[in-house]
Amino acid sequence: MSNNVWVIGTSMTRFGRFPEKDLMDLAVEATTGALKDADLDLAAVNILAMGNLYEATSHNGQRLQQAMGQTGIPVYNVVNACATGATAIRVAVMSILAGESDIGLAVGVEQMGKMGMLGGGKKRDEKKIFAPKGRRGGVVKAEGLFGTNLMPGVFAQAGTEYALTHGVTQTQFARVAHKNHLHSTLNPLAQYQKEFSMEEILGAEVISWPNTLPMCCPTGDGAAAVLLCSDAKLATLDPDVRRRAVKVSASVLTSDPYVDGGQVQADINTLTRNAADQAYAKAGIGPEDLSLVELHDCFATAELLHYDNLRLCEPGAAGQFIDSGAPYRDGRIPVNVSGGLLSKGHPLGATGVANVFEIVTHLRGEAGARQIEGAKVGLAHVIGLASACGVHILEKRAS
Amino acid sequence: MAVQIPAVDYLVLGDQPHLQAWRCVACSAAYFDRRNACARCFATSFSRSPLATEGVITAFTRVERGAKQPFTSVVVDLGEGVTVKANLRGMDDPAQIKPETKVRLYTFVAGVDDEGTEAVAFAFEPVGHSEVVGA
Ligand SMILES: [Zn+2]
Repeated sequence: MSNNVWVIGTSMTRFGRFPEKDLMDLAVEATTGALKDADLDLAAVNILAMGNLYEATSHNGQRLQQAMGQTGIPVYNVVNACATGATAIRVAVMSILAGESDIGLAVGVEQMGKMGMLGGGKKRDEKKIFAPKGRRGGVVKAEGLFGTNLMPGVFAQAGTEYALTHGVTQTQFARVAHKNHLHSTLNPLAQYQKEFSMEEILGAEVISWPNTLPMCCPTGDGAAAVLLCSDAKLATLDPDVRRRAVKVSASVLTSDPYVDGGQVQADINTLTRNAADQAYAKAGIGPEDLSLVELHDCFATAELLHYDNLRLCEPGAAGQFIDSGAPYRDGRIPVNVSGGLLSKGHPLGATGVANVFEIVTHLRGEAGARQIEGAKVGLAHVIGLASACGVHILEKRAS
Repeated sequence: MAVQIPAVDYLVLGDQPHLQAWRCVACSAAYFDRRNACARCFATSFSRSPLATEGVITAFTRVERGAKQPFTSVVVDLGEGVTVKANLRGMDDPAQIKPETKVRLYTFVAGVDDEGTEAVAFAFEPVGHSEVVGA
């Protein structure tokens, strides 16, 4: 049994669109980088957790081994919506805590191209006869007839629910996009590195009000990897690897508990609050101790709600929090200094590993132009609808 | 007159169209879709229960991209712990929607199949909205 789990290596590809590469090219690039970072090779790894959504039935962990080295270790292929990457890390963490492994590798990878998050395909029936189908006895397509359940609409409605209760404005939601696009200009790994003015954001095409195009994350390709190890293993590693090790102070995964309203409109708040509270308790750390946060800003509206869910602001005060400048990189609690999903990109399965990469890189003082000086503690959060929420709290090693 | 059927089985047609929910007999949690057991208390008995035809908007969006026609989607609190998601007509500017906006249910023909059967759907409109309902 290990009392602690440590990150000893991490890497990510640049996020973007890479039609010339396949899924394994991306996963191998991130994995090779993480191994090199820890000065280890695949022979040292006892467990592989692989996260991916769109090719989830293709046994990607084994494909990765075939592409770069087969050692016979257990492989766990995981899929958990947009929390897939965090779930892969969680699997490796649990294995180390249980004493079954001493070095674990978690990889998240996705190749989405330009497929879009709007979904929906067209079918053509030969003869149309209405017949009730499914658990709602529907006879016609529900999307657009009984409101919207596509991602942009769901996260827009989550935002307006908060707005109706707490008086948040579209301008305050837009400020989240302003901040994250601005942050991304310092991150060479981001899919986009373009600053937008508030006028450009508010004047852009409306996707699902209040979110305009720059307030929605792009689709894209990318991979990230994290190498984890036990206390006992860490003690045997090279001094330079030990010096750069980062402690996993909390690793938490939650799903939706029953709530009344959650049956018709996904509730992104309750499971996030539960995950955050469990993580803070586990780490013995409060939100006031955080040096930086990477949270799941799939849409600008979502980020604002998570200020409240992760207890970064007073209850109901997320609008004032962004207005105060607190989550900007020079503010009180920098949020999404990577550019976030809005600008760094959101290759689904990679996202939950990439945000841990970002926190670890800052805690090591190796984030270059975007470094948050003196970063000691960071929190990484992802949520995927279904729902699953992952929160990891990471701490700089006491020297 | 054409045969009419509800577009979803939780819509009841007739003189006073309304929605119905499956209520858990043990804890009264409400569901529009069929459940094997109650997600709140795990009980397995449900009964059909009629719902109010008026409610208050608790969330909304205006879908501009990805739809044939832009439309407004709302979540409506019907009281007694039940919310429903639906379209809203009569308020095309989402910035108009304020807290406590009251809406009421109406029905309309959403489609006709090749045997002439009409599928009737429901949506909401602001209370006081006076548009004549064209079928
Ligand atoms: Zn029940």
